[in-house]
Amino acid sequence: MIFLVDFSVFKPDVGLLVWTTIIFLLFWLLMGKFAFGPIADSLKKRESDIQDALDEAKKAKEEMAALNARNEELIKEAQAERANILKEAKTVKETIIADAKAKAKEDANRIVATARMEIEGQKKAALLEVKNKVGQMALDIAEKVIRKDLKANPEQVGLVTKLVEEIKMN
Amino acid sequence: MRKFILSFLYIAVFALISFAQDQHDHSGHDHSGHNHSHQTQNTQDHSGHNHGAQDHSGHNHGTQDHSGHNHGAQDHSGHNHGAQGHSDHGHDHHGPICGEERHHEFDAGENAIHHIADANVYSIGPLMIPLPCILYSTEDGWKTFLSSKFHFDKIGHGDGHQAVDRYVLDGGTVRRITDTTFPMGNVPISGFIHKEIDKRHTSFVCYNNKLYPTDAKSTADGGLFGGGLTSFYDFSITKNVTAMMIVCTLLFFMFRSVAKAMDRREGMAPTGLQNFLEPFVTFIRDEVAIPFLGPKYERYLPFLLSIFFFVLGLNLFGQVPFFGGANATGNLAVTAVLAIIAFLVTNLNGNADYWKHLFLAPGTPWFVKIILIPVELMGLFIKPLTLMLRLFANITAGHMVVLIFVSFIFIAGKNGSYLPGLGVGIIGSTLLTLFMMSIELIVAFVQAFVFTILTASYIGASTEEHHHAEHAEH
Repeated sequence: MIFLVDFSVFKPDVGLLVWTTIIFLLFWLLMGKFAFGPIADSLKKRESDIQDALDEAKKAKEEMAALNARNEELIKEAQAERANILKEAKTVKETIIADAKAKAKEDANRIVATARMEIEGQKKAALLEVKNKVGQMALDIAEKVIRKDLKANPEQVGLVTKLVEEIKMN
Repeated sequence: MRKFILSFLYIAVFALISFAQDQHDHSGHDHSGHNHSHQTQNTQDHSGHNHGAQDHSGHNHGTQDHSGHNHGAQDHSGHNHGAQGHSDHGHDHHGPICGEERHHEFDAGENAIHHIADANVYSIGPLMIPLPCILYSTEDGWKTFLSSKFHFDKIGHGDGHQAVDRYVLDGGTVRRITDTTFPMGNVPISGFIHKEIDKRHTSFVCYNNKLYPTDAKSTADGGLFGGGLTSFYDFSITKNVTAMMIVCTLLFFMFRSVAKAMDRREGMAPTGLQNFLEPFVTFIRDEVAIPFLGPKYERYLPFLLSIFFFVLGLNLFGQVPFFGGANATGNLAVTAVLAIIAFLVTNLNGNADYWKHLFLAPGTPWFVKIILIPVELMGLFIKPLTLMLRLFANITAGHMVVLIFVSFIFIAGKNGSYLPGLGVGIIGSTLLTLFMMSIELIVAFVQAFVFTILTASYIGASTEEHHHAEHAEH
């Protein structure tokens, strides 16, 4: 016979069978409940967390790239706008200058015209005054001259008065 | 490759068993402190070899000496060695038979078997630590006491010097005196005598210069391997039970702390023990559970992890030198329980598809069915049987090889009497043992893994949902 007579490990001992059953079942129960269960859950959770984090990072990276692209576009747009604005400003400036020039000219012309009219008015008034003065003086002189001759001649006095009147009307 | 290694190990274990058997047959059963029975029986059979205790001082006990010895059963044919002979107390004993110390020849096979066996004492190095005994016999009922009550030597082989309610401790194992004339209570005994009667190893207790036969504890092999039900059952916390308790407690606290750390340090990088144990868990989950069980793996993961760490823990614990060397996974009882539980988990979760395939083998012609269905049904039971035997054989073989390599020191050194041989033995044995222990370390992991992956594949096959399921693993 191949089996040893006291090769006792080959003879399943009843007590050991019972104890192994108890110990293993307890081990399975307790480990499953307090160790392997929670560990498996935690591992699963951590793995999904890591996956989520990776996914999120990837997403963030993509978003970043998109944002960058948009930024560049914005910058380009802004530059174009700036150029436009500058160009517009130049035109406006030129227009304003031209307008200002035109207005200044017009103003100047008006002032000159007004001044001319004033001068004309003043000249007329001055001439009138001179005429009056000259007429007075001439009368005075004529009076003095004539007084001696015309004191007795009423006809001549009438004529003189009539002449003075004509001068006044002019 | 794995199959090759496994078959190699099978061959190794059976070679070792038969080797040990030879050793057993050709040499005496002397443990230190034992009196050898043959001294009383060798008058005509052993001409030329005198085994009387008084002759041993000058006797050469080298192995070559044993060729002429015949200790087989036929040897005893002329003698009255039946148990009834001893209970009659009519046996004729020559001279004093009990209580004598004498040298014993070294027997590597027996030594190895002694060390891989379960015991009611826990040995740390040469120190023997008592363990609780819980014994039941139909005659006396339950008895509970600490094995120190047997008064075994603190340093020795675990032979008790006192009988407790007819129980004795022989070589670290409890036996029961069946003779009702033996007194109950605490009785000092003078020793043990081992004999083979009808190829059955029997141990006798020496008390008052009389021999009392003893019963081994009941075993569940149904007498297949020389065991069977006897007059008592041993439900003691044995060496293996202690080892299982230590390993399970240790594993529980280790994994509990990891589970707590994961909870407490959520969202943080793992550290320390967590870093060490997590890869094992993820390995079993990703390489074993998910490939075989698919999306429903979560239900079976705690079971697979329990199996894996239970087996691995005990494999490794049994390999720690000088720490009991509890050979739990190398004991058929332990692997049988694991295999039965795996069998139950597999078949209690088996779905309709699985049972249909098993009993009807759909899609095959009737003449194939005649062969296939019995094969499938046999496979149902062969699967757990191979699970049980594979683990047992691998671990037992490894332990026996290591122990025999260690024994090489004593063999080469002729038990300390031949110094050059001792030197060669120490060097050779150290190298061989180192080599074997590293192999055993690999085997410890491989076997735990193999047990788990096969269990997973069986569960996977029994719970598979689609139609053309394969029952590949046999």
